[in-house]
Order: sequence, then C-alpha cells, then structure tokens
Amino acid sequence: MKHGLLSWGRYPATPQRARPVYWRDDIRQALFEAAKPTLPFGNGRAYGDGCYAPSGEVLHMRPADRFISADWQCGRLRAEAGITLAEILHLCVPRGWFLPVVPGTGLATLGGAIANDVHGKNHHRRGTFGCHTLSIDLIRSDSSNLTCSRSENAELFAATVGGLGLTGVIAAAEIQLMPIQSAAMATITQRFNRLEDFFALSSRLDGAHEYGVAWVDCMASGRNRGRGIYIAADHAGPGTQAHPARLALTVPFTPPVALINGLSTRAFNPLHWHLAPARERRAITHYAPYFHPLDRVLSWNRLYGRKGFQQFQCVLPDSTAQDGIAEILRAVSVSGLASFLTVLKRFGDMVSPGLLSFPIKGVTLAIDFAQADKPERALFPVLDAIVHRAGGRLYPAKDAHMPAAHFQSAYPHWRHVERMRDPAINSSLWERLTR
Amino acid sequence: MTRILIIGATSTIASHCARLWAAREAEIVLAGRNMSKLEAVAADLAARGAQRLTCHGLDVNDLAAQRLLMEAVFADGKTVDIALVAHGELPDEAACDADPGTASGHFTTNATSTIALVSTLAARLRAQGKGTIAVISSVAGDRGRASNAHYGAAKAAVSTFCDGLRARLSGSGVHVLTIKPGMVATPMTAHLDLPPLLVASPTRVARDICRAIDRKKATLYTPWWWGWIMFAIRLVPEPLFVRLKL
Repeated sequence: MKHGLLSWGRYPATPQRARPVYWRDDIRQALFEAAKPTLPFGNGRAYGDGCYAPSGEVLHMRPADRFISADWQCGRLRAEAGITLAEILHLCVPRGWFLPVVPGTGLATLGGAIANDVHGKNHHRRGTFGCHTLSIDLIRSDSSNLTCSRSENAELFAATVGGLGLTGVIAAAEIQLMPIQSAAMATITQRFNRLEDFFALSSRLDGAHEYGVAWVDCMASGRNRGRGIYIAADHAGPGTQAHPARLALTVPFTPPVALINGLSTRAFNPLHWHLAPARERRAITHYAPYFHPLDRVLSWNRLYGRKGFQQFQCVLPDSTAQDGIAEILRAVSVSGLASFLTVLKRFGDMVSPGLLSFPIKGVTLAIDFAQADKPERALFPVLDAIVHRAGGRLYPAKDAHMPAAHFQSAYPHWRHVERMRDPAINSSLWERLTR
Repeated sequence: MTRILIIGATSTIASHCARLWAAREAEIVLAGRNMSKLEAVAADLAARGAQRLTCHGLDVNDLAAQRLLMEAVFADGKTVDIALVAHGELPDEAACDADPGTASGHFTTNATSTIALVSTLAARLRAQGKGTIAVISSVAGDRGRASNAHYGAAKAAVSTFCDGLRARLSGSGVHVLTIKPGMVATPMTAHLDLPPLLVASPTRVARDICRAIDRKKATLYTPWWWGWIMFAIRLVPEPLFVRLKL
C-alpha cells in the first residue's frame, strides 16, 4: 500500500515513501533499489526524524515479522526485525518467559528496540535492550551478510546497538528472555508532593523492586511543583491471576485541532494526581495494562492534531539530577506549556554494549509537548541549556530538535558510528546532528 | 490433532491463518512454489506452537505435481481437516490486454489450477467423509470491473465453482467456504495506491477466515462491510456502471 509513513510525533511532517520488505532474502535487493540514502523503518514509534530517510524512501521492515527459532528451555528467541515486542510477549508469557527490557510501548519492533537501544522501567536492574541482545543479523550494502555479537564482528555489534539503524539493515536478532511465574504484576502506587519526595521514594523502593517509574504533574506550580505518582512493580508469584485489558480503541482520524491541549491537560493532571493514593497501595494487574496502558488506544498520537507533538527526554547524571530536574520543571511551568505525559525515572549503572546508547547512571525525564505550542521556539533552548550545563543528554529516539553541538559533545562516540555507517543508509536526524 | 493443508502457504493471508492454527497446536502441511520462503514460514509456525510441519514444493500449474502432492498428503490413510487454497497473483491488466499468452497464463494460475486442485481435494475429503475446503477468491469476482477484468474473471470462476461444489457436497460431511477478501495489505497490493481506510490488515482477515471455517460459513466477505459494498456495486445499472469505470 502506497502511503506516507510518519514518525510517532508526526513532526516533522515529512511522509516517507515505504518500500515494504516481506522476506529477509529480499532486504539486499530492496537496499540496492531504494532511493539513497535510505533507512530501515520499523513500526514508526521513534518520535522525531530518527526514522526518516534523507531520500524520503525507507525500507519498511514491519512486514518481516516471523519468529526464526524459539528455545523454551533456555529462553532464547530469534526473530525477524519487524516483529513487535507485544507480539513477542504474546508468545512468551504463556510459556513462562518475558522480555527483560520492555519500553513504554509494545508496538516498537525488535529491530527498532535494538537500533534505539531502548530502556524500560527496570533499567536500574537490567540495563537496556542491547544488554540482552545476543546476536544481530546485519545486511550492509558494502559487504556480505554479517552476524554480529559480542564475540563476532564485535565492533559492528557495538555500533549497531543504539546505532539508529545506520550501520546496516538489522534483518533478525537473537535475544535472551527472563523467566516469570505469572502474567500478572504486583504493583505499589503512591503519590508524592514534591520532587524531593520522588528522589526519596525511588531511593527507598527502586532497589527492592524490579520496576520503578513516576508520572509527574508538570503543570503544578508553587509548592506543588514536582508532585507526581510513583509506581513500583514486580512480576507476581506463581498462581496469581490477572486478565488482559478489553478490546483496543482507536483514534480513526486526525482531529483538526489538538484534543490534548492546555485546557484538557489542566483539567486532567490535578484530577489524576488527587485520585492516586496518598499512602502505599498494593494491587495486582495484568502485564499489558501495566506496561502499555496507552497501547490500548491505537494511534493516540493523532489526539495531538495535525501538527503532532514533540517529546523532550533527557538524562542527567546523579550529581546534578535533583537540581537540574527541578530547574527543568520550573522552566516548563513558567512557560505555561502543557504536558500531559511527563515521566521520571532513575537509571542504574548497567553499561550497555552500544556506543550511542542513551542511558547513563542518573535520572531521566520525558515531557510531551503539542507542536501547536511551538515548544522549540522559546522553551527548548532553555531546557537544552540546562541539560548541557548539567552534563546530561537527550534521547535521539525521541528527538526532533537538539543542537548538533550538544549531541556531539554528549555522545563522543558518534564519529565512530559515522565511520561504521552503511554508505547507502542515513537518517534525517543523523544528517542534522552530524552536520 | 487437527491436520491442516495450505496451498500457497507463503501468501501473507495464508501464513497469518497458519499462525492462528499453530497457536492451537495443529499439524500443518505447507505447499508453495518457493522452498526457502516455505521454510521461513514453517520456522515461524514451529515457534508459535505448531506440532508437526511439512513443506512441499509445488507449482500449482503443474497437474502432475498436484497429483504427487495429494498422494503425499493423503498417504497411509492420513486425513485433512482443513484445506486452505490461497495461491494467486494480481495480473497487470494492460499486459494481459497486450498479450493473449499472459492473459491465459494468469487465468490458469488464478482459476484453472485452483479448480483442478479443489476438485481433487473434494474427492479426497468426500472419501474421508469430513473436512472443510476453504478457498480464497475475491470480491473482484462479484462483478466484472474495468480496472481488473482479467483478475475478476478468474476469481468469478473460482467463486462459482466453490458455490457449486458446496451444493454438490452438501450432506457428505465436507464443507466448502468461499472467501472473498477486499483490499488487504499484502505484497500483491503493495504497489497499488489504495485508500488506507479501506485496506485491511492480514491479521484481521486471517481471524475472520479461521472463525468462518470454525462456524462452517458458506461465503465470507472480509472485512464484513465488503459484502455491502459489493451488494451496492452489483445493483448499479449497466449503463451507469460502464461509465463509472470502477
């Protein structure tokens, strides 16, 4: 089907021509035939221009979605790059296995999860997706098919994990799963009043639990600034029952104006905070609504209207995190720009094999802004400066704006990845950041 | 254990049906032209839970190869519970107009080979006294249209044959399902400029097909609203229809 593919933020709005890839055997020819430079495109869950090819023609990998082998004794799985993480979980969970790293959406592909070296709510325990990637089948325009792992083509493996799809087409990958005893999750929810309370809560609870993350009411000001809801969780013990969510809803078309705006966010955020329990509340829930509550509303990004939205996700090292995050929240609430989804999480010290991997030991903050508010005009320069000063960095998978100079100083290995880049491949993001 | 035979098993719709059957731990026999693709499909189905898998290379237009396949599938008194016939191709209408050989070649692949295969299957299933033959035809067979006269003619032949066979086999324990998908996102339609809202995912179409087989439906339009679209298209008076060039 010929239609333009867009990134998740739908900004910049440069629809990509899709060259669908149905079979692994067809990748080499597709790479050869596509307008150059091209780029592998998964399921369009990167937020900015990281999934756009400079030529405007991408290799659409989503149709190549087969399992290749599954070893249920050791929990090892090999699959084609286009399969989604939700599809993998759907198969694994009844067999007692789970993805060791699950990002905020199950609709990302395996190839995309590796190329962006995604992290989850358990980064403090398990690191990034790349930490559990055993091997990658890579197809490059300038060599024969390669298998990359920590021991074979190790340099290319390190450049490919978090390598933004630039080092060749990831055709398939083998990953290590982790055992679970139930499809259910045991959660602990507690709201907090101030940013300092988040740091106290996460210090106390993160170590004791597999997962830990907080939602922040980004619009609260004055003494409420930095208030939010902290949720810790673990996989439940054997015999715990929980049922998956009901049918998925869908946003069938893009409304002419953003439905997520200052008005609706100002109404939602305080309500959401007040409804959360003031003291620790324990509950049991199915893994799907716990990990991916937003996946139930298909195409929810359309709620931001035709202009789309941008996410600002940064990580600050521990030494500057508390002051830096406070400064960012202050700048956002002063700007008056609304953010419906603001997520705060502490990263651990597990080092990813990937050269361009985003997480560092510290705290990450992700904030969504409607593009209708033009956040890149006045707010982002302020936030960028705070992050830069604090020695932090932005997440390329979410990015559509970061200054090239900031990227190059925060990711010193970029030149190495540039040297390893497939000459037939590039992305709009990469061109922008390495100029 | 349910034993399933799929002809044209590398087709996107067929392999999505097979995934649903694999999850039910069925035994699946795959037949198709490209052996390496068949093996990729088989590996996927094995991971998804299929209990036994066999792959057979088959050129549907080779009647001798068809006969060999049938002998292998039904050897030692083995039976088939569901046979899904899914092979087919979308001809380039202009090329068919220009060259009678191309036109007749496409018709052979889309219609003649299917009718030959389904006839043999019908005889085998009648002998075993049970089973379902599900054949992927198309909404295109419901009325000849300017944009796909060659493809539509072949699919009309398949639909008509299946309807007739269903009547002939009624009471024998063998059921025939005529499947009429609308536009589906598959390699066959990848080069076409189709309205995204009208294009269904192969996952959804496969779910409809498996349910229709379970419920022994006679004709399946998938997604369901194609039934109403084709009803309306059949009602358009001829003088207007020829001018619409649908």
